[in-house]
Formats: sequence, structure tokens, C-alpha cells
Amino acid sequence: MNIYQEQIMEHFHHPSHHGTLDAPTHSYSANNPTCGDEINIDMIINDDVITKVAFNGEGCAISQATASMLLEKIADKKITILQKITVEDITDLIGVELSPNRLKCALLSLETAQKALSHPTDSSLT
Amino acid sequence: MYTFDLMPEIKYSKDYMNSITIKKDFAIFTQQPELSYLDSAATSLTPRCVVDKIIEYYEQYNANIARGVYDLSEKATAEYEESRRATATFLGAQEEEIIFTSGTTMSLNMVAHGLQHTLKDDANIVVTAMEHHANYVPWQRMSRKLLVESQKDATKGDDIFRVVDITSDGAIDTNDLAKKIDKNTAIFALTHVSNVLGTINPVKDLVVQARKINPNIIVIVDAAQSAPHQKINVRDLDCDFLALSTHKMYGPTGVGILYGKKERLEQLEPFITGGEMVARVSHKKTTYKPLPYRLEAGTPHIAGVIAFKEAITYITNISFDVIHAHEQELISYALTELSEQFGDNITIYGPQKPYDRTSLLSFTLGNIHPHDIASILNTESHIAVRAGQHCAMPLHIDTLGIPATARASFSIYNDKNDVDTLIVGLKKVQEVFMK
Repeated sequence: MNIYQEQIMEHFHHPSHHGTLDAPTHSYSANNPTCGDEINIDMIINDDVITKVAFNGEGCAISQATASMLLEKIADKKITILQKITVEDITDLIGVELSPNRLKCALLSLETAQKALSHPTDSSLT
Repeated sequence: MYTFDLMPEIKYSKDYMNSITIKKDFAIFTQQPELSYLDSAATSLTPRCVVDKIIEYYEQYNANIARGVYDLSEKATAEYEESRRATATFLGAQEEEIIFTSGTTMSLNMVAHGLQHTLKDDANIVVTAMEHHANYVPWQRMSRKLLVESQKDATKGDDIFRVVDITSDGAIDTNDLAKKIDKNTAIFALTHVSNVLGTINPVKDLVVQARKINPNIIVIVDAAQSAPHQKINVRDLDCDFLALSTHKMYGPTGVGILYGKKERLEQLEPFITGGEMVARVSHKKTTYKPLPYRLEAGTPHIAGVIAFKEAITYITNISFDVIHAHEQELISYALTELSEQFGDNITIYGPQKPYDRTSLLSFTLGNIHPHDIASILNTESHIAVRAGQHCAMPLHIDTLGIPATARASFSIYNDKNDVDTLIVGLKKVQEVFMK
């Protein structure tokens, strides 16, 4: 099945929440060593709510589009929403079936976002 | 719409017929006639004669080697040692200089582990920027152990582990090599052929250059990417060690070769100890068997080793002259056609002249991520290519400054139709990303 559906290509060409944040309270970077995908996610968390979130990095259309879709889902939401997102939620979000190797591309942003929660930056302490 | 300038069946009929004949040796094409398999640099397809030999072992003389006194074991042992003889002849070595391992990675780790005890405190290790992780990480780790053992300042790490640059054309920079190797260089590890750039390194000349600076330098050659494509003579190369994997040369997975000059193999502390590598074991002491057995602990991949002999026969029957001519024609055609069809949109890495490289090419297409290229080629065109860093992260990130490449590698069962299929496939990839 063609995984390059309109929705994915739209997010890839016009990603939401793309870029970096000034003074994020939380930030994390991760990579996928087999394909070279890299992603960084910045967040500003106030009272357990993700008030701002942005991603940047390099990667395939799947990894970039999934990041865009995921961040739309968690922006302005409580951190518990992000914590509860599962692999199945991501595959539902994409709407196409991925092979195990391509699934890794799709899950990179979720893994990074969830890890960011436990990685406060220096500016979160001030 | 893209149209063919050339009718491959007419213009290249001889070549076309050859590949059709050769394809019959590989059962996978019966199962998957549409397949354009362009990932032989990762692992080659396996001809029937090799598969049949594996079955023969399990069905006719399935027994452990060098242990039983019964007929089955004697037969298995004889077949196993016959493979060692064939390998030695194939590489121009002596039988006792051929060690069967699980692959190139294991072979190289055995050397790095085995030579650690020979390093002096002021020693350094030299590798090149185009190494596969298998010929990079073991030496980097060796240097880190030396750093700890010699109690040197941690900032001296770069001085102990030295990486030789490559030129813009993807060759080893011999000027930099002359700077990096000195009288204290204990190890020089280099690949014969780059698995990303396809560069064929002039190993023989480089060995001479290195030994002029330091006659005692130990040279280790990673031949995983060269052994399937060209005749190797270890005496001619004059390296100390050479490693290869049988699965890249029409043989089974899980088998590798470590060649070493006899006196160098004697220096190796065995990486693995245990059964079958010992002469005498007591509560107080263990002594090892002579070469090659002291470096082959435990039960090996007997069927795989035995079947490798068939792969050698298969290659020898076709001959490296024919293999080389066929692959050179393919890579020349691929380089020309891809450049013509995609112009500035395609970047092909490594030597631009086909005769400086083996039959693989790594490329990027516009700003389309290689993973997407490989995915679309797979689903739309039944083409198998590799995407990523091909186990050469330092080369991609530190040297070329790119996150990843796509790689197409050609073998004897490929023909110009596969190149044409690749071109049509890449046009489809572009279409997906133009939407």
C-alpha cells in the first residue's frame, strides 16, 4: 500500500509547529541510527500544560509528517495526554499500515516528545 | 513522460542474455520475477548450488566435525577442511592461515581483541574516514582501552586514534596518510573497497607507503566489499590480516574468513575460548591447539562453511574477468544514465570514473530523504535498494556532511534493465514529492 497519502505529504510539505522555541522549559533530541533521522522537540510547560511546542530536524517524510501530526495533537494539552499516547494511537493518526522498519520512523517523534517531559532545560529553573 | 533512448534488448543483447542465463541459477527470481535486487553490497543472492550443498550436509552427513570417529563425522570434517583448502587457494594463502569465523565483523573484532596485548604505551592506531563500522569501532575501542591502560590524559584520544581523510573524489588522501602514520603506529586498518563510495583503494601501494614509515606496522584489510568483485591475493597485497564475509559473495550468511600471516595469527590472543580449540585442559592450566584450530572455538557453522566452497566454485566457473567486465559495463551505464536523466537533481558520491569503483553507487535525489526513496522504489517498482548510512556514520556525518544516502549495488544477476527500472522508479519518487 502506498504510505505517501495526501495527508502525510501535506504535513511533510507544510508542517505544523516546525522550528525552535525561545526559552523552552523542556527539550530533547533523538536520532534513528539506521536511517539518520534526527529530531529535536522544544516545549514550554506551564502548570502541566504544554502551552508551546516545536520540532526541527532532518528525516524522511514519515518521520517529519508524524512529528507535525503529533504536535498538533499535544499542543495546549495536559502532559498526561502526551504520556498516554501509544504506538497504536500513532498508527491510527497516520492512517496507513507501516512495515516494522518504517514504524520506527513514525515513532521517533513520540519517543522524543515523551522523553522531553523528563528533560527540563536550564531556563525552566529560573 | 520518459522514453528510452536505447533499446537495451537490441543494443545490449549479449549482456541481456547473460544475465537471463545467470538469473536461472538463483531460485529467488522464480519466486519473484519482477524483482530488481540492487542491494548485493548488503548481501548477495544465493545460487542453487550453494543452497543444495547446505541441504546435502543436513541430509547426508549431518555430524559435528573433528570429534566423532564414525563415518558421518569423518565425512563432515573432510568437507569442512576441503573448504579451508579451497579458500586458501582462492586467496593465495596457506591452509593454516585461514580461520573460519561468523563474518567480517567477528574477524575484525578477533584481531582487535587479539592484538590488544601487543600494544606499547606510546602506540597509535590509524584508520580511514571511509570505514564501515566493523572496521572502525573495534579499533576505536582498542585505542580507548590503550588510553586507560597507559594512563594517558583523556584528551590524547585523538592522537591515539587517527582517521585518514579522503579526497573530494572519494579516494584515500595519501598526503594525510603520510602525516597520520608514524613510527609508533601499531595498526593500520583500511577497507579494500568502500561500501558507500565504491572506491577501490590501492591497498598494495598503501601498504608499501605505510611500511616505508614503519616497517613493523600491522595492516588489516576489510575485504568484505572487494572479495565478490575481484581476485584477491593476500601475498600480493602483503597485508597482515584480511577479513571477508561469505554472504556477500554468493555464499551463506553466518560465515566469515579471517586470513592472517601465520606469524601474526600466532600473536593473537584467542577472542573466544572453549571446546575444540584446546590441546590440554586441567584444573591448573589450559594449552591451545596449533593454528588454525586455536582460533575456532566451539561448533562452527559447519553447513555454511562447507557450502562456501560451492560459492568459490561458482565464482571461479564464471571467472572474475567476466564478473568484472559485466559489472563495469553496468556501473558505467548506471552512472551515465542517472546523470543524464536527473542532471543536477542527483548527487552521486565517490569516484566519478567507473574503473575507480566497484559496482555500487550511493546517491541523493534533490532533498528527498533516502528512506522515502527506498520505500517508494520498493512499493511502486519492486526495487530493493539500501537507504541510510550503510554502517558508515562517520563518513556520512563527519566527512560528507549528509544525513543519509540511497545505495544501488549491482551484481552478476543484474542487467541494464535493472538500471532502466531504477530510473523509471526514481521518476515516480520525484512525482510523489512534486504533488
